[in-house]
Amino acid sequence: MLLEVKDLSLSIGILRLLDRVSFAVDRGQVLGLVGESGSGKSLTALALTGLVRRIGGVVTGGVILFDGQDLAGLPEPALRRLRGKRIAFITQNPMSALDALKTIGDQVDQVARLHLGLSRRAARARTVEILTRLRIPDAAQVARAYPHQLSGGMKQRVVIAMALAADAELIIADEPTTALDVTVQAQIVMILADLVRQRQIGLILITHDMGVVAQICDLVCVLYAGRVAESGPVETLFAAPRHPYSAALIGCIPREGMAPGALKGIPGGVPSAAAYGDACCRFAERCPRADALCRRTRPPERIEGGMTVACHHPLPLLSAAPEVAR
Amino acid sequence: MLGFAIRRILMLVPVFLAVSVIIFLMIHLLPGDPIDNLLKIGAGPEQRAALTAKYGLDRPLYEQYALWLGNVLQGDFGTAIVQRRPVASLIGQALPYSLALGGLALVMSTVLGVTVGVIAASAKGSWLDQGLMGGVLFGSMLPNFWIGLLLILIFSVSLGWTPVSGARGWESLILPVVTIGLGGTALVARVTRVAMIDAQSRDFVMLLHAKGVHPVVIQLRHVLRHALIPVVTILALRIGWILGGAVTVEVVFARPGLGSLLIKSLNQHDYPVVQASLLILAMAVLLGTLLGDLLQAAMDPRIRDGLK
Ligand SMILES: Nc1ncnc2c1ncn2[C@@H]1O[C@H](COP(=O)(O)OP(=O)(O)OP(=O)(O)O)[C@@H](O)[C@H]1O
Ligand code: SF4
Ligand SMILES: [Mg+2]
Repeated sequence: MLLEVKDLSLSIGILRLLDRVSFAVDRGQVLGLVGESGSGKSLTALALTGLVRRIGGVVTGGVILFDGQDLAGLPEPALRRLRGKRIAFITQNPMSALDALKTIGDQVDQVARLHLGLSRRAARARTVEILTRLRIPDAAQVARAYPHQLSGGMKQRVVIAMALAADAELIIADEPTTALDVTVQAQIVMILADLVRQRQIGLILITHDMGVVAQICDLVCVLYAGRVAESGPVETLFAAPRHPYSAALIGCIPREGMAPGALKGIPGGVPSAAAYGDACCRFAERCPRADALCRRTRPPERIEGGMTVACHHPLPLLSAAPEVAR
Repeated sequence: MLGFAIRRILMLVPVFLAVSVIIFLMIHLLPGDPIDNLLKIGAGPEQRAALTAKYGLDRPLYEQYALWLGNVLQGDFGTAIVQRRPVASLIGQALPYSLALGGLALVMSTVLGVTVGVIAASAKGSWLDQGLMGGVLFGSMLPNFWIGLLLILIFSVSLGWTPVSGARGWESLILPVVTIGLGGTALVARVTRVAMIDAQSRDFVMLLHAKGVHPVVIQLRHVLRHALIPVVTILALRIGWILGGAVTVEVVFARPGLGSLLIKSLNQHDYPVVQASLLILAMAVLLGTLLGDLLQAAMDPRIRDGLK
């Protein structure tokens, strides 16, 4: 297994933002990390690379096994050597992710020079080659351009190029397409999917877009309020969601003009981190199936039919009717 | 970049003309008359009229202005009325002192201020940050002449390490440079710190961390470059200010320089010298602004492309 996260818990100050999150992804697989805004997707991504320490986050429990090594307790210098080299990160907003004062080439070169020890010239040759492979026309010239001279889609490809520059084995992409327009979104998603197949890397794709999940993910992990609601193979989830929350998410694969992450048919929103309950199901406020049990006991995780579900009253196994959403 | 530079330089021409008019009018509308200083006691009105005519002071203002500007543009600043020497030579003598003083003070405030600012921003919120910025704030509240006197008392009078005054030898520069440089250091440190903190929190910094770049490299090669843009702008604006602002310090330390010359000539109503000194100070401010703009463009590709 390339990456195995088990019972990961994370706090910032007194806020317990992640509560025993588990999932796994192997080489050649795409794991979709989904959930509404505020469900803890970005924090999970930051926790995996240790970057969460930069915003004051502390891993309070669990393990992050990357290629057999636990990253949760790894000191910062060791983590730094992994970041950008074996684990790459693609940030949410390509518009502001690049250093406006440095050329595209310098910024991509930096990765290979740092992690592979390449010379300036060798790194640039590599950069141009990668940019070309990402279907950027005139790559040599683009390498000499500054970020403001490129379109959003181009910039996102540049960030992807950085992720490839040192042959990362695991790529974590935090909503890589939200800031782009629809046709460009599709291109970027296809580029990422191709990379996974060709290079046998693992990809964790954070997204609001259940359509994209259905399209390119092998596995999916549904987060709600810092906990995993349901996780398992994509086909199984889409065929028969067990957790009322996943059913609702699937029921609202966004159509034109819908606010991203809005849940059709289920009013309310993700509770704020300060309001997270402990001994309860955090979805109970919004769940049509909720009862007294849900409000006073944390639902146990059950593994059935290949899916892991945390719900007291899951929807029936292999029933193809996600009744809640319709 | 070249087009940008040419545009900026052309924009200076009307500003320069406006400044020259203001300086000229200010001086000629000021009460007092240089002829007073030249007349012997008991001299009659004929002698006054003769002297007034000799220096062209009887002609209409616009004529005097045109004559002056024409000469200035050819590098001729006229002759000092009271000090009776070519203005150019008076200024040529004073300027190097001021340039050395101002230049060194600028270097000191840049190096020290940027260093303090970077350290404070990197340790934001810690006791180190608070201590440094507290010290800087305290230093910036003290008036120049007071710092100067204090330094003289400590280092020249009590310890005898540096000369009390004058302009002989490089040691005589130390205290005046420190006096002027301290205020600038405080300003630069504060601007650097704020700009660093602003740049540190931008998205691209997180991506740099995600790339595995060492935090020190991120601070010095990436964040500092962003932070230096406002710092450089402010420093460039200070070039003229430091030349002129050296006045009190030159007086406290009894140093020759543009400031001392200006004060002396003002007291004597020596129009040509005052005009020329003010014009040079104004030019320094204008060139400082120009330099700031050009440096900004050199540092930020978005400005070169006219995006900001
Ligand atoms: N630095 C922080 N300090 C305190 N709370 C935080 C911090 N960062 C995030 N949170 C909280 O943690 C929760 C999860 O945030 P996170 O950014 O992981 O959500 P997300 O799923 O990525 O949402 P989005 O889709 O909007 O990006 C939210 O309630 C958020 O308010
Ligand atoms: S545990 Fe209860 S409240 Fe939570 S999702 Fe299941 S049914 Fe709904
Ligand atoms: Mg997020």
